Amino acid sequence: MATGLFMWVLEGSTVFDLGLASMLVMFQLAPYILIFLVPAITMRSFSDEKKYGTLELLVTKPVSELNIILGKYLASLSLVIIAILPTLIYYYSIYQLGAPAGNIDTGAMWGSYFGLILLAACYTSVGLFCSSLTENQIVALISSMALCFLFYQVLGLFGEIQWLNTVGKSLRWFGLDYHYYSISRGVIDTRDVLYFLGFSAFFVVSTKLVFQSRKW
Amino acid sequence: MSIITKDLCKNYGDQIAVNNLNIAIKEGEIVGFLGPNGAGKSTTMKMLTGYIPPSKGEGSVCGWDIVDDSLAIRKIVGYLPEHNPLYLDMYVREFLEFAGKMGGVSQTQKRVGEVIDLTGLDREKHKKIGQLSKGYRQRVGLAQAIIHDPDVLILDEPTGGLDPNQVIEIRELIKKLGKTTLLSTHIMQEVEAVCTRVVIIDKGNLVADSPIEKLANITGEKHHVNATFGSAINVKELSQLDEVIHVTDKGNNRYRIEVSSAEGRKSISHFALKNNLEVMELSSENVSLEQVFQNLTKHVDHL
Repeated sequence: MATGLFMWVLEGSTVFDLGLASMLVMFQLAPYILIFLVPAITMRSFSDEKKYGTLELLVTKPVSELNIILGKYLASLSLVIIAILPTLIYYYSIYQLGAPAGNIDTGAMWGSYFGLILLAACYTSVGLFCSSLTENQIVALISSMALCFLFYQVLGLFGEIQWLNTVGKSLRWFGLDYHYYSISRGVIDTRDVLYFLGFSAFFVVSTKLVFQSRKW
Repeated sequence: MSIITKDLCKNYGDQIAVNNLNIAIKEGEIVGFLGPNGAGKSTTMKMLTGYIPPSKGEGSVCGWDIVDDSLAIRKIVGYLPEHNPLYLDMYVREFLEFAGKMGGVSQTQKRVGEVIDLTGLDREKHKKIGQLSKGYRQRVGLAQAIIHDPDVLILDEPTGGLDPNQVIEIRELIKKLGKTTLLSTHIMQEVEAVCTRVVIIDKGNLVADSPIEKLANITGEKHHVNATFGSAINVKELSQLDEVIHVTDKGNNRYRIEVSSAEGRKSISHFALKNNLEVMELSSENVSLEQVFQNLTKHVDHL
């Protein structure tokens, strides 16, 4: 709930600038806001459980580890999606503001939302992974913010370094932003979707490995 | 056999937490699991509940292997971890419903009601767990352990940090449940009050496993009888009885008699009758569990 408000208020100040341009500006800003928002939501999920010993309670219940992780994953992701939902109001206002009303690229808009949710899914998996590594919420928060930033921004920047040439290009391909912008154009490419799903799966499985590390 | 361990071992690096532990617990038994701090009690319990795997050896609960059938074991075991971890910002009812759903209880609402009645949480059920006193938290911990009606209970210090009344209530509850129970504790009276059998480990090694009554025999504790007679007796004659080992005259016709078995009192009474002695007092000295525990687990400190 609070995060929904946070999103609202935070963007409230910018909506006037954005609204006049197009939704695209909002979608450029949203990934950066999510870098702060998602780790804040996920930081507690396993750190607290470890700190207060409730993890032991949880994993000695007749539920598999993967189910516990997926449960946490879906819970966090739902919260993030709920936080994104209020931005639909911007869509409505821009829809009305357009001259004539309704003059908006609806296809690109839905593509962008789809991309944003996939991006949020990736951030969530990174957040869960970082949370499972430490008992300290703050460490989980900062490390997952750093990791999200690395995957969203830094990898993409490598592509712009001339002398790295093809290495930089392929590093760029691994960046989240590359695929996010690809989907934002309104063209949903299976490769991009698979990339996002694979990215999430990789971190979910990594989290499971961290879980099992207590058994080594 | 409900719980069996066979050469169960657990190492943390070089440190041996549990060393070749062999125990067998029958159905319906309430077994006290004793040992000094760091003896490996919690580690053993964690292995039995599938939280950590053993380094070596095997164990089973109700026929399920603790490594391979971990999920099946978690269904039939109710576990109260050490320090009783709970979600402090959840409401009692909410938490128990959550625990019930996790445990695969079908009619969660109804079962939660039953468990709340059973553990005496009725007045506290609408509070947050964080608001509860330690005793009530312990009850919540116990409630979540029994919510899925498990066959076996594994309780790690269920009465730790409670006041005497609460301790008694929790004990009564454990007895009332009547399940196969393995409970760890530091309190000897607890074992005497609740358990039918006691397993003592020290530094990961099994040092005793016996019914409570017979525990004293293990350490070779001596039986003593305190007797006060109406008049002085012939110490020599008394010493000649089969069961009597040694007689100490404590003055005022009081004697402390070391006997070979708990039956020794009988022959002393016979002796008194035969000699027309007035018996003012004739009582066995109880061997305390504390004494046995100390003897079994005391370490020679090389200072």
